Amino acid sequence: MAIRNVSLWRSIDWFTIILYFILVACGWLSICGASYDFGDSNFFSFSSNPGKQLVWAGCALVLGLILLNIEKKYYEMLAYPVYFAFVVLLAATIFIAPDIKGSHSWLVFGPIRVQPAEFSKFATALALARLLSTYGFSMAKRSDVVKMILLVVVPMLLIVLQNETGSALVYLSFFLVLYREGMTGSLLAIGVCAVAYFVIGVGQSENFFEQMPVNVGEFVVFLLIPLFTSLMVGIYGKRAARAWWIAGLNLGGTLIAWLFSHYVIPFDICIVQLILCVCTALYLLGVYVLERYASFLLIALFALGSIGFYYSCNMLIDKLQPHQQMRIKVLLGLENDPSGVGYNINQSKIAIGSGGVWGKGFLNGTQTKLNYVPEQHTDFIFCTIGEEQGFMGCVFILLLYATFIIRIITLAERQGSNKFTRVYGYSLASILTFHLFVNVGMVIGLAPVIGIPLPFFSYGGSSLWGFTILLSILLRLDAERETRF
Amino acid sequence: MNNDYRYENRKFVVVGIVLAIVIVFIGRLFSLQIMNDEYKKDAESNAFLNKTIYPSRGVMYDRNGKLLVSNQPAYDVMVCMRNVKDLDTLAFCQSLGITEEFFVKRMADVKNRRLNPGYSSYTDQLFLSQLTAEDFAMFQEQLYKFSGFSIQRRTIRQYNYPVAGHLFGDLGEVSKKDIAKDDYYVQGDFIGKQGIESYYESALRGEKGKEVLLRDAHGRVKGKYLDGAMDVAPVPGKNLTLSIDIELQALAERLLQNKIGSVVAIEPSTGEVLCMASSPTFDPQILVGRKRGDNHRMLSKDKQKPLLNRAIMGTYPPGSTFKTSQALTYLQEGIITPETQFPCALGFRHRGLHVGCHVHGSPIALVPSLATSCNSYYCWGLYRMIGADKYGSSQVALTRWKDHMVAMGFGYRLGIDLPGEARGFIPNEGTYNKVYGKSWNGLTIISISIGQGEVTLTPLQIANLGATIANRGYYIAPHVVKEVQGEELDSLYRFPKRTMVDEVHYETVVQGMREAVLNGTCRAANLPDIEVCGKTGTAQNRGKDHSAFMGFAPMNDPKIAVAVYVENGGFGAVYGVPIGALIMEKYLTGSLSETSEQKAKDIQQRVIYYGNQER
Repeated sequence: MAIRNVSLWRSIDWFTIILYFILVACGWLSICGASYDFGDSNFFSFSSNPGKQLVWAGCALVLGLILLNIEKKYYEMLAYPVYFAFVVLLAATIFIAPDIKGSHSWLVFGPIRVQPAEFSKFATALALARLLSTYGFSMAKRSDVVKMILLVVVPMLLIVLQNETGSALVYLSFFLVLYREGMTGSLLAIGVCAVAYFVIGVGQSENFFEQMPVNVGEFVVFLLIPLFTSLMVGIYGKRAARAWWIAGLNLGGTLIAWLFSHYVIPFDICIVQLILCVCTALYLLGVYVLERYASFLLIALFALGSIGFYYSCNMLIDKLQPHQQMRIKVLLGLENDPSGVGYNINQSKIAIGSGGVWGKGFLNGTQTKLNYVPEQHTDFIFCTIGEEQGFMGCVFILLLYATFIIRIITLAERQGSNKFTRVYGYSLASILTFHLFVNVGMVIGLAPVIGIPLPFFSYGGSSLWGFTILLSILLRLDAERETRF
Repeated sequence: MNNDYRYENRKFVVVGIVLAIVIVFIGRLFSLQIMNDEYKKDAESNAFLNKTIYPSRGVMYDRNGKLLVSNQPAYDVMVCMRNVKDLDTLAFCQSLGITEEFFVKRMADVKNRRLNPGYSSYTDQLFLSQLTAEDFAMFQEQLYKFSGFSIQRRTIRQYNYPVAGHLFGDLGEVSKKDIAKDDYYVQGDFIGKQGIESYYESALRGEKGKEVLLRDAHGRVKGKYLDGAMDVAPVPGKNLTLSIDIELQALAERLLQNKIGSVVAIEPSTGEVLCMASSPTFDPQILVGRKRGDNHRMLSKDKQKPLLNRAIMGTYPPGSTFKTSQALTYLQEGIITPETQFPCALGFRHRGLHVGCHVHGSPIALVPSLATSCNSYYCWGLYRMIGADKYGSSQVALTRWKDHMVAMGFGYRLGIDLPGEARGFIPNEGTYNKVYGKSWNGLTIISISIGQGEVTLTPLQIANLGATIANRGYYIAPHVVKEVQGEELDSLYRFPKRTMVDEVHYETVVQGMREAVLNGTCRAANLPDIEVCGKTGTAQNRGKDHSAFMGFAPMNDPKIAVAVYVENGGFGAVYGVPIGALIMEKYLTGSLSETSEQKAKDIQQRVIYYGNQER
């Protein structure tokens, strides 16, 4: 083992640290913007949100410095104990936490409120890294896979029980780590497909094209099915020509049907799409029977299964109670009643949209300060950036995030045979990606309304500390990296 | 070890996912922030509250600088629903003098977003408008008990004299039509509805200012936008100085009490209206504040139509006051000379037509004919004129006659600065052609020569005739506003209009009118030390004759021309002359002598019964 035995300050990744400080500084300025209410505001007063956030940031810095000085071997050693401690804490929180807006996730110590779910992420990441780097661990072994899945799912379920579904869903991001570590990609692909069918099919089920009796959701789903199918034929069937044929015939048929419906007689072109999909599946079955090539059977089953999944989703929704339907629609951000759930998203779009190219200028936003945007300094903090810094500010922040995440992936990948650090690094990258996707996606109306914070930006100590801990440990682990041979 | 690197390429998938997310987000932001500007407008309508600051309305003074119309504070009761707690409804209703049903209905109306689109339970909403100072004092004592209710000050009109309601007019809430016509107004604004308040609305109202405030999601005001950089200060309304002498106006209204009629006085040299009374009238103060609606309804239902300004809206046969205009026309046209005499055998008798007259010497010349108000003289004059060879036909002759009448200000609006002025009526050849074909002559239309028949004038036009004669041949369009603060008067009110009659003929008519006062029908108008000229009028109509008078004084330096018209008052000498004389005396001497005061009281108390039909 050729551990580079040099000073921590020389081997630590300063680039990541600089990015971290830029993110936290931008976040603090955004909180100033969101908290300013056109009066005399003192951002450094400890009674104001920016003032408090400064305190949290200072604490985070101290916390980070401490964690940077703990050697890697201790992290490896303590991974499981810390993980179990957090599982116990999460379970206890369900019972001892007071009811705050319906959730039981906050522990209250006098004036300070802490959300254990924000901290259990690093514990889970450590435990997962420890498990996957254990000698002899293999994704082919059923017992290992069960351990692996349980490790992720247990804290997730506990957080669901705390009624913090949003924070629980973050644990899904660990599956991206597992994919990187060798979990079969098709499962991930099928999962993505199912989510896409559901979100688009159900989410757009009430929209129709102009002048045509064609359901938007159905149309898009039946466009995706042949595309995914031909993609699979290309990748797994290793028949590029056939993949092109399948995609071309399906798209061409749809196009002809579209033109006919648009210019001649309006009719539901989804019928044509359905027939094309079924024909494609039958063709693939035929190929399987003639050529005995198992992949084609699976792809045919995928196509048929997709059709079945789409219809059963719709039927299931219809059978549900109205309030359950409502909950799903809320999750999909479907409700457009201005005073209902859609109100928040609408106001948030107004705030961002009114920012224009260059924004209204620091502290000059109106929507985010006058309470039009809900939760404007926590979950909807991105609105302040959109309104005050405009398109340019948003692009800058998004690119900053992309750079930060890709840098972390780079750190994870440069670990050589050190699987522990790599898994841990990917965990951090995946969690950040998930937060970015869901939070910003929600604010700009692309993702369902799930209340999770934007890392380093949203006001609150728990979130900032949680991510600082995650990052500090990675920086320490990376500083002790081996050179790859 | 090989196992570790098998999946290394999957890092590109992960990086790809991150980049894909960022690219999709940037695309979405591009469409939200750059491609679409609806959001910008939505944001503005969300956050900006353009609060109007109302300017103070211009005040009015009389010609002597007395303050006639000013602004007084009124109080609106506001309610913030969210703060209404433990309200003692009974005590609340009592302190405001409203019923409990009204309270319940009003609260429901305030909350009804259809009736009150700007409703928010966080902000003050109008509960009751325009409490007077006395009502307010009562309510204020108990206000502390009623949480959620507050008071907002505004200004309403204060009319300091209980007269001249027709002149001042009133203010009322704008109608949908007003808003459609002028987008300056919004629902709930006040606008002049009648009289000067209406005619001079744009000068009186000033310009609204605005304050750009920031409003939070609950509608609460959170301060000024950009520290008031976008605010606009209101421009106060312009003050008016009326040409009215308010004491003269009060006297005129007093003399017309219990009678239907008008008194108009004009300063001949300027066309300024000194007083303009129309009876029955009303106290302008009753059309202010909360009781306006009820009072206005009551006035508009009154069969004697007190809201009608008869001085400019009433059209009457001018009777003998019209003879002056006829004398001038005949003289100018060379039909008669001052020496021309016509016979009068208890009236005009010719080819079987008889127009009655009273006893006086015959034949008679022009000056005495005016003094005695001989009908026959003017019938002969018109008969001669219509039949005169120089015109060629009755039609041409009548057209010439009509041109004279129009030049004297008859048949068209004089253009006074008040809304609703009537034209009166002067017949032209078409009028008679329609009825008689071409076969009519002077005899057919003889009654117009003595101010009867088709001819109608407004009292203002009669007064203007007096002013024209006083000026010996010109007039300036009569107007009630002498000065608009910082503005020049309309040229109509600054430049004289000449009639088609030479000055020398006016002197003759002036002599006749002076003779009427000295020795004729207007003897009662003779004032000591003042040379009064006058002409009575007794206009026949369906009921009892209307009593009219037109005059001016002093003869050689006219300061006032006056017209009096009392419906069904009988002979001109009964009401017309004494009222006219009192008005002239008051204006020229500044007060009434003791005997005159007694006369005024006497006239004030005389009642004419009009029965119960619509007037």
